[in-house]
Parts: sequence; structure tokens; C-alpha cells
Amino acid sequence: MPDTITFKIKRQDSESSGSYWETFVIPHVPNSNVISCLMDIQANPENSKGEKVAPVVWECNCLEEVCGSCTMVINRKVRQSCSALVDQLEKPITLEPMSKFPVIRDLAVDRSRMFGALKKVQAWVTADGYHDLGPGIREPQNHQEIAYKLSECMTCGCCVEACPQYSLNNNFLGAAAISQSRLFNMHPTAKNIADERLDTLMQEGGIADCGNAQNCVEACPKSIPLTESIAEIGRQVSGKLWSNIFQA
Amino acid sequence: MSKQRVIVIGGGLAGLAATMKMAELGMSVLLVSFLPVKRSHSVCAQGGINGAVNIKGEGDSPDIHFYDTVKGGDFLAHQPLCKDMCHHAPYIINLMDRLGVTFNRTPEGNLDFRRFGGTLYHRTAFAGATTGQQLLYALDEQVRHYEVQGLVEKMEWHEYLGAVLNGDGRCVGAVIHNLRSGEISTEKGDAVILATGGPGLVYGRSTNSMVCTGTAVTSAYLQGAKYGNGEFIQIHPSAIPGRDKLRLMSESARGEGGRVWVPRKAGDSRKPKEIPEKERFYFLEERYPLFGNLVPRDVGAREIYDICVNDKLGVHGEMKVYLDLTHLTREFLDHRLGGILEIYEKFTGVDPREEPMEIFPAVHYSMGGIWTDYTRTEEGLIDHQSPQNQMTSITGLYAAGEADYQYHGGNRLGANSLLSCIYTGLMMSPGVLNYVKNVPEAADDVPEKLFTEATKQWQEKYAEIKKMSGNENPYALHREMAEEMISNVLIVRENSKLQATLEKIDEFEERWKNVNCVDTTDWSNPVPSFINQLWNMIQLSKIITKGALLRDEFRGSHYKPEFDLNQPSDFRPESYLEYEKQKAAGKVNEEGFNPEHLTYMKRFAENNVKWLKSTIATYQNGGPDISYEAVDTSLIAPRPRKYD
Ligand SMILES: Cc1cc2nc3c(=O)[nH]c(=O)nc-3n(C[C@H](O)[C@H](O)[C@H](O)COP(=O)(O)OP(=O)(O)OC[C@H]3O[C@@H](n4cnc5c(N)ncnc54)[C@H](O)[C@@H]3O)c2cc1C
Ligand code: SF4
Ligand code: SF4
Ligand code: FES
Repeated sequence: MPDTITFKIKRQDSESSGSYWETFVIPHVPNSNVISCLMDIQANPENSKGEKVAPVVWECNCLEEVCGSCTMVINRKVRQSCSALVDQLEKPITLEPMSKFPVIRDLAVDRSRMFGALKKVQAWVTADGYHDLGPGIREPQNHQEIAYKLSECMTCGCCVEACPQYSLNNNFLGAAAISQSRLFNMHPTAKNIADERLDTLMQEGGIADCGNAQNCVEACPKSIPLTESIAEIGRQVSGKLWSNIFQA
Repeated sequence: MSKQRVIVIGGGLAGLAATMKMAELGMSVLLVSFLPVKRSHSVCAQGGINGAVNIKGEGDSPDIHFYDTVKGGDFLAHQPLCKDMCHHAPYIINLMDRLGVTFNRTPEGNLDFRRFGGTLYHRTAFAGATTGQQLLYALDEQVRHYEVQGLVEKMEWHEYLGAVLNGDGRCVGAVIHNLRSGEISTEKGDAVILATGGPGLVYGRSTNSMVCTGTAVTSAYLQGAKYGNGEFIQIHPSAIPGRDKLRLMSESARGEGGRVWVPRKAGDSRKPKEIPEKERFYFLEERYPLFGNLVPRDVGAREIYDICVNDKLGVHGEMKVYLDLTHLTREFLDHRLGGILEIYEKFTGVDPREEPMEIFPAVHYSMGGIWTDYTRTEEGLIDHQSPQNQMTSITGLYAAGEADYQYHGGNRLGANSLLSCIYTGLMMSPGVLNYVKNVPEAADDVPEKLFTEATKQWQEKYAEIKKMSGNENPYALHREMAEEMISNVLIVRENSKLQATLEKIDEFEERWKNVNCVDTTDWSNPVPSFINQLWNMIQLSKIITKGALLRDEFRGSHYKPEFDLNQPSDFRPESYLEYEKQKAAGKVNEEGFNPEHLTYMKRFAENNVKWLKSTIATYQNGGPDISYEAVDTSLIAPRPRKYD
């Protein structure tokens, strides 16, 4: 076992400045993950040339792969850095920011577009109020199982990073938002505005932009059945198109 | 009057619940958060949320839930709040169901409930093993809807630095640091709510998320607010060792049948599955036949400590025990506990469905927090219209969620925190709005000068921090301080060590002055913030350690062997109630009690007179001044706890 680990990190000082690679060599400690190594760099920010540099900037919070903060591209694969165990990675380890979002600094990117997409597809239940209105509607277990899986989406961005159709210069909503539409369209009361969601998904940036490359489903760390969601929303959209034609 | 608004700091469950409720009532809300609220620490909660819905027909009721909560907290919790919370719990669970939380279901389609620690009932609603995430998302979605409607404005990637106080000491806004541009400015608000979560990072590695530094509430303390029960830190019995974080293995693993054991023979080097049943010591089941593996957390953590340190039976001679699920079927485990088992597998490389897990106790939760107030009714419930509810000792500055101190006393029951967070956010909102309606002067009309001065003061402070060029790396200093706290202010507390730690903390404070601001750029630079947070963590560690040093008793999570009253093993708490009854009637028939029990009861009563009080820390002369305040225990008479 080598007693050091080498990290090659793609850095960028601000939104508008260019990027550059910097190498860090740190002592190898068993059971490390990428974040614990970034923390080691923070506690002793020195690059491989022995120069004191600013610590690397990245995002993280939960450190257990449920908050979605720490997504980055590790050895060319998009994933969460908190669950990337160093002993399982090829060395040297390369870290890059996601490429489908504007870089803020170093490995931190701005994913507000994904939260914006949740607004567009109205990913919420419209409630009559927060007072006591008694129990919700009973639901079969198999329905809960499907919904639960979909509701685990942590807006981490892996799916859209992997998607060939999602780019910095278009307005594709992306697999995560499509899948959330499916979740709310199957909820017993949120489905009351299913039509409005489908209207949005029929516009530019909607479901038609998906080229069915299926990269998204493979990239999703929560194993959310994204292609199923896309197919389901595709069906709902065609159904609506047909009924629009008949109503016209 | 000018247009008014409330500033909410923090978008975990408590902050989002308050935001959504106030927006429903028509109030504009500015929601400020360190990171996108959807990524708040609340997503980590795994096990579930309590409410006595009594789906299983066990005769559970809100009053029993109330009793379990107060007993679990060793009688230090504020009873009217707990009672009101437990009575609202079934409604809160129904509300969250209506808002789209994908709770697990029974075959008939009702919400399903599981068992958790410190109760004998199935009272915990859950969504797989990611209940906190699901609850948070439902609230996040409601708030996003209000954002679209224009009632809520979000400032994510912004940090709260301090409250803006007017000449009367009333809070009229907040100082906010833009974590991207580095700009410091003020926002006006007629009330400010701190819903900023717990302080696990004071201990470095804990089960908490990285933003849980307690910095916002400590800042309020430094501005004069009282801090309550700081020394009550919950140690969770079951965490997974890790370099960066001690990931939690939820109590639900035991709620679903997980069994804790160690080999009976010290230093047994066999693999766990090779150790036959009769050579395994299921110490919780043997020592607590009634509650078994589901004793409350303070009891569980102490027993693991005892088995590993005193009996030297820890797995591989270390501070570790087995948590075994292998007797349950894969299908059952995946369905009920999937998420947490995946975490274990992902971070250790071992499949817990095949091999017993190795777990150990870790810092998990702070029962203490910023002091807050409430108004009770005759019946011992809460007057929801009162502006005093959840107000800190600074007028107009409120707190909610793990940041406050009232609900869990000396020890929190599992699955009661998600409840207290949502309950508090909802409950306090009407009162906050009543306060806002009646403020003597709207924040908008407060002279501008007050705000520019507050801004300037913090800008100067950050400029000073950026100039720091000593030779201490702030992150390394934090690690060292955390080690000290972990070594000496954890499960078993000794006065000599606590005293030494207090002195050590003073040294850390000195060394902080010699810190190097390792990054001095303006753009998206987390270092100056961290240095400021580190200062606050040092102040908070003083509150915790000094509170622990001065509290010479054993209560809940605060265990000092020296002051253990050593409850006789055959003692029943009912005798204490009888003893108190006789005392109240004027004469105790001493012969009627077992003499050993009688001595114990007398000591117990004396100890309560002295210590059944909230610890209050106020900032004076550079450190915490500690005093004590009475707690309302009028609804359930305090008595010795017993779980076997
Ligand atoms: C691993 C784990 C599992 C748990 N499981 C359970 C469970 O099953 N059941 C249960 O009842 N409880 C559980 N708990 C406890 C529970 O999750 C927490 O107590 C609760 O979620 C705290 O919520 P909160 O709203 O108070 O704060 P948090 O969710 O911590 O949110 C704090 C918010 O404040 C913001 N913030 C903090 N500081 C600042 C600042 N200075 N400026 C701006 N914003 C700031 C953050 O960005 C965040 O939005 C668990 C805890 C852990 C650690
Ligand atoms: S199926 Fe392909 S094109 Fe469609 S969202 Fe997934 S990756 Fe993108
Ligand atoms: S669908 Fe999966 S990959 Fe995409 S944002 Fe959600 S969790 Fe991440
Ligand atoms: S830090 Fe939350 S997903 Fe990695």
C-alpha cells in the first residue's frame, strides 16, 4: 500500500477566470474518502511543489450521500465525493467540477437551474391549509413503494451531468425534474394539476428534448428508475396530445 | 405602518415549517440559509417521527407519549410544551402525509408505525430509512410554492452573523454575509427566527452534518441571549466509525429487531458468525428485560461504555459492539431499513444483511440550546397566540428546532426531534405574527444608521480576520479542540478532567488569536467564515464544559459516576410516588418502606431540590456565567427512571 495519495484537481478561482490543474500529495490514511482527503488538504494547504495555496473549495454537508451537495467528477465519473472511498479509486485521483453548471469556484458549481426546474413543473402538493384536516388518503403499499423511490431524488445533478442533451446553453429540464413530475402526477391530490405539469413538459426544454440515451439512469446514485419515469411521462404527454386533438 | 416581514435563519425542518406557516398566514418571509435549504442537515434523519396515532390498537395515546418524553428526558423538559407537542403529534403526521411524504403503509393502506427507543408502543411513522429527507422535501416544496407566489424570498449561500439590536435591545434585523461575493450587509426584519440546528461540530466528528457548528446561536449568546442546558449532549449508542464523520446507524435497526451483543469471552478473535449463541452476551436484553435493545439512548450509550471499558468485552478489544440483523430476512430488511443498510455497506464495504455490524457511541444531538420562552394555559397546554412562545431573552429574536432547549430535557427520545422541529415551527408562527403586529416601531422605520453601523462593525471584524497571519491552521486547531472535547466531555464525566478541559479551552482561545487566514481572497472563500465559526465553537465548548463541571449530579445524558445515587436494583418508582404523597400529607410512615429504598428516596428528593433545574449560561467577562432556573414539572411528578 503506498503511503501517499496523489490528487489532481481542476481549479478555478472565480466564475469568469480560467481553470488550471493543481496536484496535491497527501499522506494515505486507511478508510479515507475524497472529502476526508479534501479536509486534510484544508488542514495543510500545500501543493505538490510545496507551495502554500488556498484550500480547495467544494460543497458538502451530510457526508452520507443524502443531501446531494458534494457531487463532482471523480476520475471522469460524476458521483458524490463523500461516498467515494479512496481505497477503491484508481490513482492518481482526478477531481473536476461538474461541466453542466456554471463553476463558482474550484469544485463548487451553481445548480440553481435544477431548483428552477422544480418550480416549472410545480413539484408540490397544493394544500388547503396546514390546520387539522384529518388523515390523508389511504394508499396501497405498492403505490408507496414506487413513490418512495422517486422521492429519494436529492437534486444532486449526476443525471443531468451524464445526459448528452443537457447543456449549459439550452433549457432542457432534465431527468430529475421529469421524474419529479411523475411523482406528483401520481400523488392522490397533487395529480389535480397533472395537466399543467404536462403542458410545461410539452414545451421547449420538456420531454421532447430527451434523446433517450439512458445515461441518466446509470449515473443516478439513488437508483431512481429515470428511464421508466421518462417513459411514463412520455405516455402521459401523448395521451394528453391525443385528447387535445379530439377536443379541438 | 410599513410593510413588515420576518427573517427566518435556517431551512431545516423547523425553519421551513415556520416559513410555510407564516406565509400561509399572509406574512412575508425572508429565508436565509448557509446552503440550499433542501440540503439542510434534517435530511440525515433516518428513523422516523413520533405521534401516538395508535394504528396498532395498543392503547397508545398522546398522554402516554407525553409521559415517555418527560421520563426519557429525566424530568428536565418543560412539561406544558411537551404535552402540547405530543397532543399535536398525530395531526402533524397526518399533515405531513397530506403534503406528500411517502410514509410506509400497512396492508390496508394506513400509515405504518415502528418501535423506537424509550417506549413500549409502535409510535414512529417512517418513510423507509430516510424519513427526515422526505419530511424536509415536503416542506421545501411548500416553501418553493410560496416563493413562486412571492411571499417567500430566499437567500441561500448566505450566512447569519448576528442580530441588529436597537437602542432598547430589540432585534430589528440581521447581519448577513454573502458566501459567494463575500459582501456583508444587513436585512431588516420585524422578528428574526434562528432555526439553525445543532452544534455537533464542536466535537469535530459526530453524526451531524458539516454546517452544524452552532455558530448562529452562539452569536446570539455573545450578544446577550441566555443559553440553556448546554451540558446535555446526546451520545447515540450506534454509529459507524469514520474518518470524516461518524455516520449514524439509526435506532430503527433495533426497532425492527436488531440485537446488540458482544462475545462473552474478552478478546475473542473468532468471526462473529462463528461464535455460537450461548457464547454471545446480549447485554441490553439481559440487563433490561422490559425495554431490551430499545432502552433510551443515554442508557444504551452508558451500557456500551460499561461493557467495553469496565468489562473489557468490546469487539477486538475496542470501543465497539455488534449490532446484529442477520436473523431477519433480506426482503424484510430491504423494505424497512434499505437506506441505512446501504449507507453501512457503502462506507464499510460489509453487507449488514450477512454480517453483524460493528457500531460504537457517537455525539449526536444537543438537548441544550438557546433559551426560549412560552406561555402556558390553565390546562397545562400552550397558548398558541402568545408572542412569548419561542422568544429568546432578546426581544424579537426567536429560536426553533435543535437550536432551542426546551423539549428534550436531559435526554431526547428517538424520533422526537423531527416532531419537535415541525411542531415548534408551526406552533410559534401565530405568536410571532402577533408580536410583529404590535411592535412599537416597524423595522423599516428604524433609523438607517443602526443598520449601517452593524454592517460596518462586522465588515471590520471580517477584515481583521482576513489579516490574521499567525501560524495556526484553523482547521487543524479545530481538530485538536474537538479531540479534547471527545476525550473529556462525553459519556462519563469527571470533575478533574472537566476542569482541565476548561483550562485547555482557554489555551485554544489564545491560540485562535494566532490563526492564519489561509485564504484571503474575496470570492467564495469559506475560510474567514470558518475562523469566525471556530471562535464561536470555542465559546460554546466553554458553555458545555462549564455546565458539565458545575452540575454535580447524574441526570439523563449527563453522567458523573461520583454522583450516581445508585438506585437499588429492586426499587420500583411507584414507591417514590407513595413516599411523596405521604410527605405532602405531612407524615411519612418510614417503617412502611424498605430502609435501603427509603435512604435512596430521600437522597433522590434532595438531589431534585438542588438540581432539577435548567442550566442557564450568560456571557460575562469573556465566558459563561452559570445560574439555574426552575422547570415547570407540575403535570407529571418527577420520579426515578427505570427501564428494566
Ligand atoms: C444522522 C442523524 C439522524 C437523525 N435521525 C432522527 C430521527 O430519525 N428522528 C428524529 O426525530 N430526529 C433525528 N435526528 C435529529 C434531527 O434530524 C435534527 O435534530 C433535526 O433535523 C434538526 O432540524 P433543524 O430544523 O433544527 O435544523 P437543521 O436541519 O440542522 O437545519 C439548520 C439550517 O440552518 C442553516 N444554518 C445554520 N447555521 C446558519 C448560519 N449561521 N447562517 C445561515 N444559515 C445557517 C442551515 O443551512 C440549515 O438550513 C437525527 C440526527 C442525525 C444527525
Ligand atoms: S434518457 Fe438520455 S437524453 Fe433523456 S434525460 Fe436521460 S440521459 Fe438525458
Ligand atoms: S434523479 Fe438521481 S442523479 Fe438525478 S438529481 Fe435525483 S438523485 Fe441525483
Ligand atoms: S455531502 Fe451530502 S451527498 Fe455528499
